[in-house]
Amino acid sequence: MDNVIRRRTLGARMLRAGLYALLLVMALVYLLPLVVMLLTSIKPLEEIRAGALLSLPDSLTFAAWIKAWGTACTGMRCEGLSGYFMNSMSIAIPAVAISTLVGALNGYALTKWRFRGANLCFALLLFGCFIPFQVVLMPMARTLGWLGLASSTSGLVLVHVVYGIAFTTLFFRNYYVSVPDEMISAAKLDGAGFFRVFWRILLPVSGPIITVSVIWQFTQIWNDFLFGVAFAGFDSQPVTVALNNMVNTSTGVKEYNVDMAGAMIAALPTLVVYVLAGKYFVRGLTAGSVKG
Amino acid sequence: MSQTDSLPRRRANAGRHSLSGTLERVLPRLVVAPSLAVALFFVYGYMLWTFVLSLTNSGMLPQYDFVGFEQYARLFANQRWNVAATNLVVFGGLFIVICLFLGLMLAILLDQRIRQEGALRTIYLYPMALSLIVTGVVWRWILNPGLGIQSLVRGWGFEDFTFDWLVNPDMAIYALVIAAVWQASGFVMALFLAGLRSIDDSLFKAAALDGASLPKVYWRIVIPCLRPVVFSAVMILSHIAIKSFDLVMALTGGGPGYATDLPATFMYAHTFTRGQIGLGSASAIMMLCGVLAILVPYLYSELRGSKHG
Amino acid sequence: MKKIHTLAAGAALAVAVSQAQAAEIEVLHWWTSGGEAKAANMLKEKLEAKGHTWKDFAVAGGGGDSAMTVLKSRAISGNPPAVAQIKGPLIQEWGDMGFLGNIDQIAKEENWDSFLTPQLAADDKVDGHYAAVPVNIHRINWLWANPEVLEKAGIDGLPATWDEFFADAKKIREAGFIPLAHGGQPWQDATVFEVVMMGIGGADFYRKAFVELDPEALTSDTMIESLKTFKKLRETMDPNIAGRDWNEATSMVINGEAAMQIMGDWAKGEFTAAGLTAGEDYLCEAAPMTEHMFSYNVDSFAMFKVDDGGKQQAQRDLASLILSKDFQSTFNKAKGSIPVRLDVPLEGFDKCAQESRKAFDAASEGNGLVPSLAHGMAVSASVQGAVFDVITNFFNDPGMKAETAAERLASAVRAAG
Repeated sequence: MDNVIRRRTLGARMLRAGLYALLLVMALVYLLPLVVMLLTSIKPLEEIRAGALLSLPDSLTFAAWIKAWGTACTGMRCEGLSGYFMNSMSIAIPAVAISTLVGALNGYALTKWRFRGANLCFALLLFGCFIPFQVVLMPMARTLGWLGLASSTSGLVLVHVVYGIAFTTLFFRNYYVSVPDEMISAAKLDGAGFFRVFWRILLPVSGPIITVSVIWQFTQIWNDFLFGVAFAGFDSQPVTVALNNMVNTSTGVKEYNVDMAGAMIAALPTLVVYVLAGKYFVRGLTAGSVKG
Repeated sequence: MSQTDSLPRRRANAGRHSLSGTLERVLPRLVVAPSLAVALFFVYGYMLWTFVLSLTNSGMLPQYDFVGFEQYARLFANQRWNVAATNLVVFGGLFIVICLFLGLMLAILLDQRIRQEGALRTIYLYPMALSLIVTGVVWRWILNPGLGIQSLVRGWGFEDFTFDWLVNPDMAIYALVIAAVWQASGFVMALFLAGLRSIDDSLFKAAALDGASLPKVYWRIVIPCLRPVVFSAVMILSHIAIKSFDLVMALTGGGPGYATDLPATFMYAHTFTRGQIGLGSASAIMMLCGVLAILVPYLYSELRGSKHG
Repeated sequence: MKKIHTLAAGAALAVAVSQAQAAEIEVLHWWTSGGEAKAANMLKEKLEAKGHTWKDFAVAGGGGDSAMTVLKSRAISGNPPAVAQIKGPLIQEWGDMGFLGNIDQIAKEENWDSFLTPQLAADDKVDGHYAAVPVNIHRINWLWANPEVLEKAGIDGLPATWDEFFADAKKIREAGFIPLAHGGQPWQDATVFEVVMMGIGGADFYRKAFVELDPEALTSDTMIESLKTFKKLRETMDPNIAGRDWNEATSMVINGEAAMQIMGDWAKGEFTAAGLTAGEDYLCEAAPMTEHMFSYNVDSFAMFKVDDGGKQQAQRDLASLILSKDFQSTFNKAKGSIPVRLDVPLEGFDKCAQESRKAFDAASEGNGLVPSLAHGMAVSASVQGAVFDVITNFFNDPGMKAETAAERLASAVRAAG
């Protein structure tokens, strides 16, 4: 793809250098908060109180990280964040899996089996993206109470699935729209039914968009605080609730280094996902990446 | 094109009157139905319940003594609400426009066959992975005049440099935009990058043959092709703008004073902290009305008869 | 034979009863900092020694804001926790809705009325019955100071009136320091304002304005003067107050950047953590003109209605433990407050705590005991919020006049009521 006309003139070279410079400056700006967090988490508390944001630590210490992981207080338990990872996982993984599957089926049904009102259905489903979670809090509490799912992991999974369907449907629908219909019609011709077409034909080429959906949902659910604090049982609170308890204590000494270390630990899974799967993220968003 | 798909259609028609044919017709609807039911209950049902509550005099917990539109009257007379509503328009507008612009620019730049594209892309994308509860304190420090950018630049010798937006009631909302753009623009960039990559090469070649200059190529061809991407981006960005709660709480707490209040924080404060569910629900409904007012026309124009969303 | 049967039956019954008496109770609170957690853990261990289980449900943030949100959603879903940390008038609201239980039994058994101040105990009662247990007493109207900074500025002793304060502030500025450290968050703005107002207007005026919400008091000249003085205080602060946390402001005093801070006595925790001693390395005095007043902030644990006999016993045991002399002494020493139980001697408490107790006794007798509005002790959450909005907006708007603010106070209070 040659949308960059490469001429070896000085002007073009300078333009290219300027391009790199601009991208580099932007990269530094984007990295700034992360750098500050990292620096703060490895400084001792006295240095933070006294020093500037970007100053390199005089004395390097990882004590904050150890404390955040294993001994920081998150309530009366002072065991750090380690125990909460399992809780977050047991919420995130089922919720991501279910919402992705449902979204895929929805996207498939809405685009490959054109029925009357498909677009209307899509629009109706889409509004689920916009309902603010604070509005949902009370009615959902009442509903979960009815269903007997209050203060339980299953209740939380249900909540995340319900509000994730709008997004996953959006992603899959937009992706499947650009999958050529010929593939589907050929299979239908051979007598394949609804699910078989999905399983045999569409799913194998859905890798990229599944990645997008999983990344997006995982990030949203892992980082969720409001639903986690309101609907989780006391012994199945996600890591965001624990982090909040660590960082937002109303009284008491604020240990900024421990807070930053804790924040980074809590964010590690999502960061890892983005770093490793970022490539697939873009690929998955590329419409028409399947050429018939 | 039309020759080839009439054939399977006739064959499909043949099967339409059999049981399996009926099932196949009904199945897509059956598949979508649960999601629709869920949406109907958990989204529209809850919106309706919120609307009902906005007509009551509920205090700390829901109570069903109806007072008509009194809560809405109180809402519009509430100074803090007016600030919050204005802020949403200003913040939302700036946020969406700047993210689109920045995202597009970064995508175009990254598309120029850069070395280390992967690394750069990850750097622009990672902010989305971090919740603002995590990064809020850091942004507060960075934007704080005494600790962050202002003191840094002054340290470099520019004594008169001021960047005290965060503590200035008139400018604080713009400070919010900075942190919000940082978080979301990488995602928009990824969307645009994907969109750019899916534009057919032949279009470029044809344009090059016609002797079109690079800017013109972008203007005439690329940007119109990106329309569906803009649609997705606007959908996602507006949802972030409306739901911006963590951002405000982490960066300014609504302050200075209530200069950076947004409807989401207003609603939360009144429904939960202040035990005024009636008023909070009214504000939530107004928020949703605002969303609908913008989205419905946009959705209509994009989805009407178009195959590609 | 019969005897053995009866004995066996009796033994079985006794076992069954004692087992039924041990239960699991969920306790919602926002004590998440290291110091508080350690002290409160003592409570947990003692409760568990009695055979019960403490299910800890901590939610930090906003001085209880997030915890209250969670409490509401739990109540709506039909399973509120057995015990929750709730403050002041909010206890009445929950009680009025029928959520709270009645712990008069243990209150009578241990004779709470004999060692709890009636004014404070009233907050924990619903319809005359005890429904909650108070834990501690914080004093709000403190002025904290760094003696070194004061010395360098040539000031001897802390200001007793606002005129003296502004005069001192001038000297401190000239010496190159910040007179008053402050964090620009609504609750801190409101804290400083109510301290100013109670000083200028006195305890009776404060009660009229901020407890009875009398519109005349809210728009009176005294109120306007208080507002003006409050706004003037801005000149004694640095320009970066917006959004600053209270403990960052305390740090400024500890570091010697600033001279003074107006804050409740949890600020002591910061000084102590920095290794400073009360009275020597840092000073504590009643805020200007509030010497005879004690603005209080009391944490309470409310007992929710539970059907299970075992849970009720656990609640009673918890209440009893909270008010035990041992716990009162240990916990309050760690937290910086003074025991709510008046007959607990303050052995080992620092100088400022001793001062606090003396001030409390004096204020109780002298009618100077006032609930803090800024900390949720005086009025409902909606009124408190409305007042916050007006005060913080007034403080941050250079153009707003005190008269306008006073009018807004009255109308906001009326609208929120």
